[in-house]
Amino acid sequence: MSVLLEAKNVSKMFGGLKAVSNFNMTIDKGELVGLIGPNGAGKTTAFNLFTGVYQPTTGIISLDGQSLAGMKPSQITQRGIARTFQNIRLFSELTVLDNVKIAYHTHLNYNLIEAVLRVGRYMKQEREIEDNGRELLKIFKLEDKAGEIAKNLPYGAQRRLEIARALATRPQLLLLDEPAAGMNPQETKELMDMIRWIRKDFALSILLIEHDMSLVMGICERIYVLEYGSIIAQGIPDEIKKNPEVIRAYLGGEA
Amino acid sequence: MNALRKADLKAIIISLVVFVVLQALLSTNSLDAFWQLNIILICINIILSVSLNLINGYTGQFSLGHAGFMAIGAYTGAVLSVNFHMPFIVSLITSFVTAAIIGGLIGLPTMRLSGDYLAIATLGLGEIIRIVIMNVNYVGGAAGFMGIPRHTNFAWAFFVMLFVLFFIKNYVNSSYGRACVAIRENEIAAEAMGVNTTKYKVLAFTIGAGFAGVAGCLFAHTFYIIHPSSFTFLASFNYLIMVVMGGMGSITGSIAGAFILTTVSALLSNWPELRMSIYALILIALMFYRPQGLFGNIEITSLPVLKRFKGGKQK
Repeated sequence: MSVLLEAKNVSKMFGGLKAVSNFNMTIDKGELVGLIGPNGAGKTTAFNLFTGVYQPTTGIISLDGQSLAGMKPSQITQRGIARTFQNIRLFSELTVLDNVKIAYHTHLNYNLIEAVLRVGRYMKQEREIEDNGRELLKIFKLEDKAGEIAKNLPYGAQRRLEIARALATRPQLLLLDEPAAGMNPQETKELMDMIRWIRKDFALSILLIEHDMSLVMGICERIYVLEYGSIIAQGIPDEIKKNPEVIRAYLGGEA
Repeated sequence: MNALRKADLKAIIISLVVFVVLQALLSTNSLDAFWQLNIILICINIILSVSLNLINGYTGQFSLGHAGFMAIGAYTGAVLSVNFHMPFIVSLITSFVTAAIIGGLIGLPTMRLSGDYLAIATLGLGEIIRIVIMNVNYVGGAAGFMGIPRHTNFAWAFFVMLFVLFFIKNYVNSSYGRACVAIRENEIAAEAMGVNTTKYKVLAFTIGAGFAGVAGCLFAHTFYIIHPSSFTFLASFNYLIMVVMGGMGSITGSIAGAFILTTVSALLSNWPELRMSIYALILIALMFYRPQGLFGNIEITSLPVLKRFKGGKQK
């Protein structure tokens, strides 16, 4: 399998604080990778570095062999990295369908004149994203809520909508920031099946941050463990479970 | 698609009816000169409030410099008509282009700011435009620019207004408009969805400024004279109030806001001391009982009660 995302010796300083240091990670095409670590370890910072919200102080991040240095988040999304947010960031006053439609943004190429006169590619493409959007919502069991305002959805549905919206950008790599946060065990189990299924059906790679160990250990093929901005362990779930460094990081003191 | 076209067709028919009725009133001299002028003023103010709504309401960028762009358009149009004897349509188009270019140039640096900072920056820039004009003798300086031909009649004002409404309505219902709304709702998420936020903010600002320029050009050709004092920040506030009153993010709202406030201020023109107090009371009452504006962010065409009048007031 070929490498999709590669981070080489990436560090990020906030003033004197080293949020992430000497971070190395590779994600292969089609792989499902987990990133875990105690609170404040730098997991979300790593996500923000991958998506261009922050620029690394040193080191290189590349997607499909091309460096992402200096790119804005929107450009990186166009290259094929999509994400969800730890604290849900939906377009909360808009309908569920409009939330998804916005995410098709980069796949529409009609120009301003076509848009204003509603001719040419406008009609065809608008109909396409309407249909595609509804289909996507169906997959996430949101089709009957298409016309509802996003902020009125129950919590679990909002999380699902965020994933649906990220998928609408048609990414190669999906970054999920604590997708199971606030979900009950039943919802978490459903989410697990959904993530597995998305990976297969959309043929993409997934990197997920999660605190729910049953989820991480259950679906991730490989896991990276971050503590104080450095990777202290990586490997398959069974190795991670037994790794004394990891146990120390999570439980403190000698294992 | 057919449904869309049908709604458009209905809107066109209704606006033509409105036009014919008003034009008939005007041609038969059923309205006195004061109201004839105010009907044109309503059209101009609708252009201003709808174009400001694109920036403030849809894109969520709080701009207070609209009168400045209006001034650019007004003076550009006046100079072209008086000094270069250009046809009116050329003046209108050039006003759009000039105001849009200056709007874009101002937008590039200021759109990096947000919230209060942006409001203050645009307020300042609007004033700078006015003061620069005031000190240019070529356009009459503080004495104002005189001798502008009265090209703007009701038909010009009405059809230019229709064009602007048509443009902005379709703009906001396209991926361009969705990008704007996404920026308003959550800039970080918009960027993560692949929306180049800087580009769409500057674009909305440019288009809004351009149409303010067009309104300025119509305004200049309505009166014999234009004066820098017509374009102070108080004027910008006035257009902002129309937008807020009608509802941020609703074209119908902007139309209603511009219509109501222009009419109220015309009705009260004989009692200038009462005028501002009543104006203020209306706003206080509105903020108490309907802080989201008359229409919120809803269009009249999507109100369930009025569904059967689809295409209704959306002239």
